[in-house]
Amino acid sequence: MKFRRKLLSAAAILAIAGAAHAQISGNVVKIGVLNDQSGTYADLAGPGSTLAAKMAIEDSKAILKGLKVEVVSADHQNKPDVGSAIARKWYDSEGVDVIVDVPTSSVALAVNQITKEKGKAFLVSGAATSDLTGKACSPNTIHWTYDTWELANGTGSAIVKTGGKTWFFLTADYAFGHALERDTAAVVVKNGGKVVGSVRHPFPTADFSSFLLQAQASKAQIIGLANAGADTTNAIKQAAEFGIVKAGQNLAGMLVFLTDVHALGLNTAQGLIFTTSWYWDMNDASRAWAKRFAAANGGKYPTMVQAGVYSSVIHYLKAVKAINSDDGTKVIAEMKKLPTDDPLFGKGTVRADGRKLHPAYLVEVKKPSESKGPYDYYKIRATIPADQAFRPMADGGCPLVK
Amino acid sequence: MADDAYKPRASHDPVAEARYERRAFVVMMALFLVAPMVVYPVFVMKALCFALFACAFNLLIGFGGLLSFGHAMFLGAAGYVSAHAAKEWGLPPEIAILAGTAASTVLGVLTGLLAIRRQGIYFAMITLALAQLVFFLAVQAPFTHGEDGIQAVPRGKALGLFDLSSPYVMYYFVLATFTAGFLLIYRIIHSPFGQVLKAIRENEPRAISLGYRTERYKLAAFVLSAGLAGLAGATKAIVFQLASLTDVHWSMSGEVVLMTLVGGLGTIFGPVVGAFAIITMENYLAELGSWFTITQGAIFVVCVLAFRRGIMGELEAWLRRRRIG
Amino acid sequence: MGEIFGVPTQVLFGQLLIGLINGSFYAMLSLGLAVIFGLLNIINFTHGAQYMMGAFAAYFLLNKLGLNYWWSLALAPIAVGATGVVVERLMLSRLYKLDHLYGLLLTFGLALVIQGVFRNEFGSTGLPYPMPSQLAGAKNLGFMFLPNYRAWVIVASLLVCTATWFVIERTKLGAYLRAATENPAMVQAFGVNVPRMITLTYGFGVALAGFAGVMAAPIYQVNPLMGADIIIVVFAVVVIGGMGSIMGAILTGFGLGVVEGLTKVFYPEATNTVIFVIMGIVLLIRPQGLFGSR
Repeated sequence: MKFRRKLLSAAAILAIAGAAHAQISGNVVKIGVLNDQSGTYADLAGPGSTLAAKMAIEDSKAILKGLKVEVVSADHQNKPDVGSAIARKWYDSEGVDVIVDVPTSSVALAVNQITKEKGKAFLVSGAATSDLTGKACSPNTIHWTYDTWELANGTGSAIVKTGGKTWFFLTADYAFGHALERDTAAVVVKNGGKVVGSVRHPFPTADFSSFLLQAQASKAQIIGLANAGADTTNAIKQAAEFGIVKAGQNLAGMLVFLTDVHALGLNTAQGLIFTTSWYWDMNDASRAWAKRFAAANGGKYPTMVQAGVYSSVIHYLKAVKAINSDDGTKVIAEMKKLPTDDPLFGKGTVRADGRKLHPAYLVEVKKPSESKGPYDYYKIRATIPADQAFRPMADGGCPLVK
Repeated sequence: MADDAYKPRASHDPVAEARYERRAFVVMMALFLVAPMVVYPVFVMKALCFALFACAFNLLIGFGGLLSFGHAMFLGAAGYVSAHAAKEWGLPPEIAILAGTAASTVLGVLTGLLAIRRQGIYFAMITLALAQLVFFLAVQAPFTHGEDGIQAVPRGKALGLFDLSSPYVMYYFVLATFTAGFLLIYRIIHSPFGQVLKAIRENEPRAISLGYRTERYKLAAFVLSAGLAGLAGATKAIVFQLASLTDVHWSMSGEVVLMTLVGGLGTIFGPVVGAFAIITMENYLAELGSWFTITQGAIFVVCVLAFRRGIMGELEAWLRRRRIG
Repeated sequence: MGEIFGVPTQVLFGQLLIGLINGSFYAMLSLGLAVIFGLLNIINFTHGAQYMMGAFAAYFLLNKLGLNYWWSLALAPIAVGATGVVVERLMLSRLYKLDHLYGLLLTFGLALVIQGVFRNEFGSTGLPYPMPSQLAGAKNLGFMFLPNYRAWVIVASLLVCTATWFVIERTKLGAYLRAATENPAMVQAFGVNVPRMITLTYGFGVALAGFAGVMAAPIYQVNPLMGADIIIVVFAVVVIGGMGSIMGAILTGFGLGVVEGLTKVFYPEATNTVIFVIMGIVLLIRPQGLFGSR
């Protein structure tokens, strides 16, 4: 607290001297990209997210009019303790104003807590748990790209409606997996389906064969994969090996990223159906941005998480400019007031509980013969409009909006 | 035991030795007292917790000759218990920390009974495997909240007086805990019990023939080390308001070995120096992702090949040479 | 279809078979550890990383040189074994005079370095490695679908383990090895180049890890961290088996794989812990391990 006061007073002195950016602490807006830079989620977020944040600053030049914006990044190694230690250090002693991205739900929840305590701003793109706009919601946090409820709702209801009535879950045994299973099971039951069983596997797991055997024995039509990253790709690969799809059962990946499809290869992944918030090959603006991104990212195309980082930073800078302040609580409030608009997600809004609203897309992975170029992987089967894509505010139990 | 590098040299001059230790202790305390004015206090608190952890570990290897590769289980288990006690039961911080310490002491008795049945490499592997067992229990037990860990642990008021939410009050609370632990270890090493431990380490069959029930001494050393490691873990959980799987993972067990090795196995101040060195390094390399792991591994290799006495071991040897020469 | 203890036989046999497959990997890895330990008295913590390097070697051979799985099966272990020889010559050989714990610490540090470098280079999502076409597909055994490749894993592992056992226990070369374990000075005096034998033995143990890595590549992703966790399980396997015998390492490996498989059926929550629990029990009753002497 003392430290913050010191920072503020330093800012005040600078303001008197500089006057140009009266409320900007240290005369610079500092964005911290905190994510997994070396582990399971490094490819889907990682350095690519840092790049996206830098691109957002570049593209905001016109409105910034000389306001200095810096980016720092760090690796939280998917560990809540590492993540919260970095967040604390950034806020306390390095003048970071906003933290973005933060995949891995457990780390995001920890950073969410610290951000609230310190009155800064937190823009989540990488983490999934819908608790961030539910019981853990905060006046300092916006959950930008996707969440477990959105995925469950999109994929779950689409599959039940096309006849996948009985489900068996392979669930990663930690909070994110549990949340995904819980949200999906609710959607399945609501749409008239049935959950016949589930098995929790350790995180991470290399060998899914025995869990797959149990799924097979359950005779469920659909095997729902309530996991992410390498766990999902391993499960899909091994399911093919054990002839599970050939025998008539289908897999439903609940959280699948572009990088996962890339790692699996179209041969194995073809036909997989899942929900995504963004895909690079949707319109001219998204394609142009993706090409620019890939050129600077060793040819790897952007995932929805990286696109979300870009979009959230664009909106954040707009809000900072609008109120000429980088005070976390005030900027987040302004971000909720302003309508969002950027080349990737188009026009949208931020809800009072911190949920960013945009459409979701139900996609199917192409056959190898249908793919015409690098990362040409998805066919969009349906668009879920923004007002239906996310959990209604009343159901979340967010204390802010009660 | 073919090599004695990790054993403290027999003291040539006990009076000079004691004088050196007293002076070093005063310097160390003076540094710690002013540290938070200069350095980011959270950082020093973290280093202090690890320093205590490394000292506890060193008690076992440096003075008991037993290399545990599973000490993370005590750090982590105590962290979970104290976080749970503070958050769910609403206990004041000092009681929560005691609860955590007690839990790790009990765990020390259980695992110690198994582990001390073998020595050397087997002992290392057994402790590693037992720690892995504890890790999986921590993943699965409902009260640990798996991957999320126990978050938002309240710091509360120590002894009902000191509000620990202030970083400075918290800092001196941690420093007091560390000092208490450190002095206790110092006392143990210099007690008759510590001397018997040294005798067992040097030559166990002879100690047995002298009538010592060495198993009991080794178990006692193991339990003490476990309890003190737990004290570090419990305090750490209150400082960071978080107990997580990191602290029970085997890489944490490796980290404490590294800290002690870098600082000097079997020296009194080595683990403290080593902990500060490694934590500082981690602080600067965290942003470089897996480079931290690589550097850590490389330091391990270098230490084992060329720097077995560690920082304090080399320093003390130099001081000793100067005194003699 | 029948039931045993309320579990459909289909599931039971399926899990037993899968246990046997996992056991194949445990056996190959603990065998390598046992061979190295036998002569060098070093617990090779780098074993997991070397297993991973085997998988990566297969990946490179395929993608850079166009050599298929079968070539990899022969070449990758040699390549990984060669790195082992370098490690032994440059580093481990300096430690033989010291306490054995230093070997453990050195190989631990080395494992961190290797895994870190691979993670830096290749991320940790894992790289795909295709199933060799000859072994694609699966057989319907009635109670389960057995992928041909997994059947091959069991066969290959049994072959390699038996061959290693035969060489060490039944040939002259093996006799030298065993003699050198007991009394290196004596064997040296008979004109056997013991240091070279030690180097080659380490290389061979490491090559076994590399072989297991190639075997694992088509099943699991080729992942920089694939060896990090399995190695601790293998340590427990080794403690249970006791370090004394080659056969002990092999049998315990397969046996514990099966036990793990059964646990998955009857009490899945304990899958990860069962081996460590068994280790505890064995230590209480027979501290030297099931097949250990002394």
